[in-house]
Amino acid sequence: MNLCTTSGLQRALVSLAVAMFGLGTAARAADLTVYTALEADQIKPYKAAFEKANPGINILWVRDSTGIITAKLLAEKANPKADVVMGLAATSLMLLQKEGMLMPYAPAGLDKIDAKMRDPAASPDWVGMDVWASALCVNTVESSKKNLPEPTSWADLTKPVYQGQVAMPNPASSGTGFLMVSAWLQLFGWDEGWKYMDELHKNIAAYTHSGSKPCRQAGAGEYAIGLSFEYRANKTKKDGAPISIALPKEGLGWDMEAIGIMKATKEPEAAKKLADWAATPEANKLYAENYAIVALPGIASPMEFVQGDINKMLIKNDFAWAAENRDKILAEWSKRYDGKSEPKK
Amino acid sequence: MATETLSLPDRAAAVAPLRQKLGRDDWIMRGAVVALGLWLIVTVLLPLWALLSKSFQTSDGSFVGFANFQAYFANPALAYSIWHSVWVSLLSTVICVLLAFVYAYGLTRSCMPARGLFRIIAQIPILAPSLLPAISLVYLFGNQGLVKWMLLGASIYGPIGIVMGEVFWTFPHALIIITTALAISDARLYEAAQALRASPSRTFWTVTLPGARYGLISAIFVVFTLVITDFGVPKVIGGRFNVLATDIYKQVVGQQNFQMGAVVGLILLLPAVLAFAVDQVMQRRQMALLTARAVPYAPKPDATIDRAMLAICSLIAFAILVILGVSFFASIATFWPYNLTPSFKNFDFDMMDGGGWRSYLNSLVMAGLTALFGTAVIFAGAYLVEKTPRFRTVRGFVQFLALLPLAVPGLVLGLGYIFFFNNPANPLRFIYGTMAILVVCTISHFYSVSHLTAVTALKQVDREFETVSASLRVPFWRTFMRVTLPVCLPAVLDIAMYLFVNAMTTVSAVVFIYAPHTTLAAIAVLNMDDAGDVAPAAAMAMVVFATSALTRAIYMLLTRGYLARAQMWRKR
Repeated sequence: MNLCTTSGLQRALVSLAVAMFGLGTAARAADLTVYTALEADQIKPYKAAFEKANPGINILWVRDSTGIITAKLLAEKANPKADVVMGLAATSLMLLQKEGMLMPYAPAGLDKIDAKMRDPAASPDWVGMDVWASALCVNTVESSKKNLPEPTSWADLTKPVYQGQVAMPNPASSGTGFLMVSAWLQLFGWDEGWKYMDELHKNIAAYTHSGSKPCRQAGAGEYAIGLSFEYRANKTKKDGAPISIALPKEGLGWDMEAIGIMKATKEPEAAKKLADWAATPEANKLYAENYAIVALPGIASPMEFVQGDINKMLIKNDFAWAAENRDKILAEWSKRYDGKSEPKK
Repeated sequence: MATETLSLPDRAAAVAPLRQKLGRDDWIMRGAVVALGLWLIVTVLLPLWALLSKSFQTSDGSFVGFANFQAYFANPALAYSIWHSVWVSLLSTVICVLLAFVYAYGLTRSCMPARGLFRIIAQIPILAPSLLPAISLVYLFGNQGLVKWMLLGASIYGPIGIVMGEVFWTFPHALIIITTALAISDARLYEAAQALRASPSRTFWTVTLPGARYGLISAIFVVFTLVITDFGVPKVIGGRFNVLATDIYKQVVGQQNFQMGAVVGLILLLPAVLAFAVDQVMQRRQMALLTARAVPYAPKPDATIDRAMLAICSLIAFAILVILGVSFFASIATFWPYNLTPSFKNFDFDMMDGGGWRSYLNSLVMAGLTALFGTAVIFAGAYLVEKTPRFRTVRGFVQFLALLPLAVPGLVLGLGYIFFFNNPANPLRFIYGTMAILVVCTISHFYSVSHLTAVTALKQVDREFETVSASLRVPFWRTFMRVTLPVCLPAVLDIAMYLFVNAMTTVSAVVFIYAPHTTLAAIAVLNMDDAGDVAPAAAMAMVVFATSALTRAIYMLLTRGYLARAQMWRKR
């Protein structure tokens, strides 16, 4: 038996080992593990555009809801697996900043970024990408069937007529849910804010895991009204769902999607390239396809189905306050409304 | 009786002369048994141990005694979940076993037509992830449900939905066990009952039911364990009704609170271990039930019973087909419920959560590797445990390890895998986050049933083969390859099929250990449903179902001809 020639069997075994242990993927190209809460239908074009501009760098997305990605990053603090965090709520990135997990870096073109949409330090820990804001998806077919008036404000949603008709994301897992709760507490004040949610709770049929699901469910008529965000509302309507998109007149909760480099990254050069790319006009044009407000001024384009000027309707949002009180708010929310406080009816 | 006891010393005498010096074969076989034992220790026992120790630690690893358990029970909300889990599981079990019993009775004790077809339909739920019935139930009874009125205003989200989904999903498991139990009844008992002029109902209560009691008890425990540890159904349709299985997922994936996850995991382990222990005792008694002199029972046509059975079985089969059909129609509708024109839009998985079509390919690779390596390890392992001469203690221990996974819920095993394989001190850490760990975990998860299948087949092969081979100085592996393996081929193929289908549909264990590049189809169903893309989730569930069903159909066509020839010797 000649052991020097690689037999077909040996080759098969090697390729099997490669398949099973992923040994082959370590080849030349830099793999960048990027934690994200961006929508699944957004990350494909971002990845394609970045990799085209930076051959040799390969993005591996780890995608989940804001709350889960945040919890995962904090849990892995001692042994971080992410190289970059991209498209996560600024309030979450500020938590990581507080824990000293981010690496300050001034991406090329930082001076052109809207000053309100970045960490103010000269070498910022995080830089904003776009703004996402809350929106209501109202199913027109079900509304007319059930004679529901169209809600125009947050206050409307507590009216008894909507009992069991409203779905809302769970703020513990969903960033969209958290920015709503945070907005109510800032708009109405701490005590009044919780009083408002107590009233709203009576009308809520389901708290969902993701911020997209309420709008999807409203689109399918499962519930008449879904508390969601403008990108998903626009997309759902485009997909042919019979919904109208309402922006509550008291003001919209909002947060920024932002990018930050993990201090522990083993690929700092590749990570910086991604941070650079995220601040380019090219990247911002991609964001603008999804959101009405982006970090580079002058690129924004209006959303096809969302009426009204989102920019003017955003509440005055104190991110530092929201980040600092995130744990407290979520604990209070879970205590009050997480299905676990059962048989109270 | 007398002849039985008398023959015993003879047998002992026959065995005694075999006691000889250990030969080469013995050493190799013993070495292999030990290797198998080590494999099972690493893939089953140590992960469980890691889970156990984690539940007594804080997040930074210092020992805190029962503090985590105290924290768990101090939260009344979490303690509610235990009660929820228990009563929902009990109710599902009662309904499922009752339905399965009637259905099995129809299959084995009546002459109703189309029994073969009924058998096939009843196997449908096994071929799909447990998320599929839950999604279908939303389409049927949700707020836009086709037949929402049937619930009389009650909501499908919560216990009603969970029970319905679980009954669907566990039905085939109960059916297989009860059908087997009813099939082996002794006809002489019925002749005796007839001779004594017992009424049919009296015969049923005094002969049929007691004869099937071990099967029934076994089915009850299997179904109860499956339900209390399943998390696919409550995740999709549970609404705000929390159960243990969803709690463990929320603690670990949602809040990254691994210690609390470990606590819930241990609580979840208790009923499963209890059920397993009781079932083992029952199995042992069952052995003595069927004697060599039993005459197999053959049902006689009876118009009333046959018609009644046909009606009931048709109803159950219809329900199964409806649940499958609803997912199918939802997956090909453009925009349910407003635009029902057929389209393949929902199959564009690459624009959704869950990893897209890549997940499906990953699942195929994972299921294929699991079937290949799993069958090899499990069958060879069962052979060694069965046929290695003497070496009792070690063989007994390995046998115990092989049966242990039966009592370990998938979620608990998966969680144990995180703790054990993601530990920086573990030299095996390099398999964490690869396809290999998914394969290893899935093999361990489904080890026991496959092992039992192999052992049963091996027991049918007379020990004489080994004795004769040994005396002819044929190495054992040649006997294994030339005699044992061909003879046991049906069982080997069954195991491969069982592993493949389960690897395609499983969610519970792998949900904790998949990585970004090893996402799986069944998990994609879960993630798409979470994101609100319910129709694509149904579509992916249908793709998984179609794959399992097609594989099974091909397997049946291929093996029918081959097995008929290869197994000709069994017939006279």
